[in-house]
Amino acid sequence: MAESTRPAKPTAPTAAESVGRRAGLAASAAPVRRRTGVWGRFRRHKVALVGTFILLILVIGAVGAPIIARNDPYKVSISSYRKPPRAANILGTDSSGRDVLSRLLHAGRVSLSVGLVAVAIYATIGIILGALAGFYGGWVDSLIMRAADIVLAFPTLILIITIVSILGPSIYNVMLVIGLLGWPPIARIVRGLFLTLREREFILAGRTIGASNSRLIFRHILPNALAPVIVAATFGMASAILLEAGLSFLGLGVQPPTPSWGNMLTDAQSLTVLESMPWLWIPPGIAIALAVLAINFIGDGLRDALDPYLLR
Amino acid sequence: MTGEGMVARHDGRVNGATNGHGADDLLLEVKELQMHFPIKKGFLRRTVGHVKAVDGVNFSIRTGETLGLVGESGCGKTTTGRSIIRAYDPTGGEILYHQPDGRTVDLARLRSGELQPYRRDIRMIFQDPYSSLNPRMTVFQIVSDPLRVNKVASGKELEDRVAALLRRVGLRPEYMRRYPHAFSGGERQRVGIARALALNPRLVVADEAVSALDVSVRAQILNLLEDLQAEFNLTYLFVAHDLSVVEHICDRVAVMYVGKLVEMGPTEELYARPLHPYTEALLSAVPLPDPRLRDKGRRIILQGDVPDPSNPPSGCYFHPRCPYAKENCKTDGPPLREITPGRYAACHYAEELQLRGVVGGSVVA
Repeated sequence: MAESTRPAKPTAPTAAESVGRRAGLAASAAPVRRRTGVWGRFRRHKVALVGTFILLILVIGAVGAPIIARNDPYKVSISSYRKPPRAANILGTDSSGRDVLSRLLHAGRVSLSVGLVAVAIYATIGIILGALAGFYGGWVDSLIMRAADIVLAFPTLILIITIVSILGPSIYNVMLVIGLLGWPPIARIVRGLFLTLREREFILAGRTIGASNSRLIFRHILPNALAPVIVAATFGMASAILLEAGLSFLGLGVQPPTPSWGNMLTDAQSLTVLESMPWLWIPPGIAIALAVLAINFIGDGLRDALDPYLLR
Repeated sequence: MTGEGMVARHDGRVNGATNGHGADDLLLEVKELQMHFPIKKGFLRRTVGHVKAVDGVNFSIRTGETLGLVGESGCGKTTTGRSIIRAYDPTGGEILYHQPDGRTVDLARLRSGELQPYRRDIRMIFQDPYSSLNPRMTVFQIVSDPLRVNKVASGKELEDRVAALLRRVGLRPEYMRRYPHAFSGGERQRVGIARALALNPRLVVADEAVSALDVSVRAQILNLLEDLQAEFNLTYLFVAHDLSVVEHICDRVAVMYVGKLVEMGPTEELYARPLHPYTEALLSAVPLPDPRLRDKGRRIILQGDVPDPSNPPSGCYFHPRCPYAKENCKTDGPPLREITPGRYAACHYAEELQLRGVVGGSVVA
């Protein structure tokens, strides 16, 4: 008794094991797996690293747009319209004589934040609804999952076009609409994870100490379910950016003169522009493609890096 | 259905006998405990039957003792343990908990809101040290969770208490910011024990607490449990299927078969001379350390499988597999009755049968 109440002596790990039943067993819990953590595995995923690098450049460009861009993206100049790239305008000027590079950088702010905000909205909705459905089961589950089926059953783009034309086209409506319609896949993922996790013994342990349901949901289960949600949200951002580009291209998204990658492409719809003025449509096209690719690569890397935790 | 009636008939006797040891030191009395899980089928989820996981179990636990609950997989021993900590809502029976102030409360009847004060007194150690610790919570969060939920401590005091608990179970508090994956199976089980002890419980239900551990670690954990019992005056309900572990740690043993107790008695007596054929068969499976005794026909191989608890056999549930079964065993279910003082068996022929047990690792003829 007396011997065992004494704190364990800091012996070497191997020695501690052999000393026997009352020795400091925890000494063997040395940091062996640190190197193979999430970051370690992500770092080994070369494509994901490239993706991170590209996205970082795009984000820096967008955030630093007012500093980096030398020209005002809204300044119209009748005298110098549709000028090819030159010293004053590195990427040329558009049909209203505005600097394409400045607009491209400022458009990044709009497009990336639409992706981010829309996904934040629907990830939040999806996590909460999925958690409730998976945790409570029964009619709560049926109700939420049927609602998800209904939302999924509508062709998203057509629904968004309808809603935006009712609410009026604006950047905030686009964020809101994408956000409100995107939650079913996230809810399904979260529900599935909750269904398995709630049967684990550590949840039983939580229940038997009298932890409240909200504590069980948010403190005990949710942290275990976040990894796949992060991955899904990453992919969701890419598609939200694409969706915004599509909507803006159709004239239903971000309204001119505010630049977005999508509505910059709209301006390049005529045959003459396509044939003879590539500086008007290649840069925003590349920006969209790079952003979507980079985010998808990051999602891939995150999935591989986070997955091993799900196996346990 | 006949089973419920027959145990009920002898309910008085069983409890009368345990009272002979003095009702004062009783900690928990389980009377006619039933846990039937509905089987739902079809589109409308209609109930087509019940799995009688626990079907009329009677026993009592005295303060400071260790009661072993043994039986094959699926016999309902874990369900019994989980019913006592009210992880399940029992479908019938009583769980009488004797509080330190002398009052008695029936845990089976309480609603979950009213259970909170008793949840502190009755805690559980889980079987699987991997599944029972949240991989996304640090050891500190895991052990402190009961203290936080019950608002027992916070801040620095919480940290000190967790450190003391970890030290007491043989873990170094410096590692409490680590996640469970950094620990070995035995260490994880120590974390589970620390969590169970956090609220100073009176009764600890150890559900196969050492089954998932390898043999060397198992001995360490068993010794730790014994030390903690002496130090904190704990009472254990030790659910296990490993009979050598039970022999080592338990004062009394209850043997379960298909949701019912078939035998109960002091460990040494029960091991030396079982009164129920099922106990004899179980004991014959205990490995003996002496190689000369191996393959000597000691082992009783039971025919058939454990009956389906949703559709148990008639009469004595054990009769289709029992080598001693007679005609009346098929129709007449034997109640659990006191054969000699302190020893109970549910067999018509408990007095007549001369069954073999094990003593000190050798066969008793």
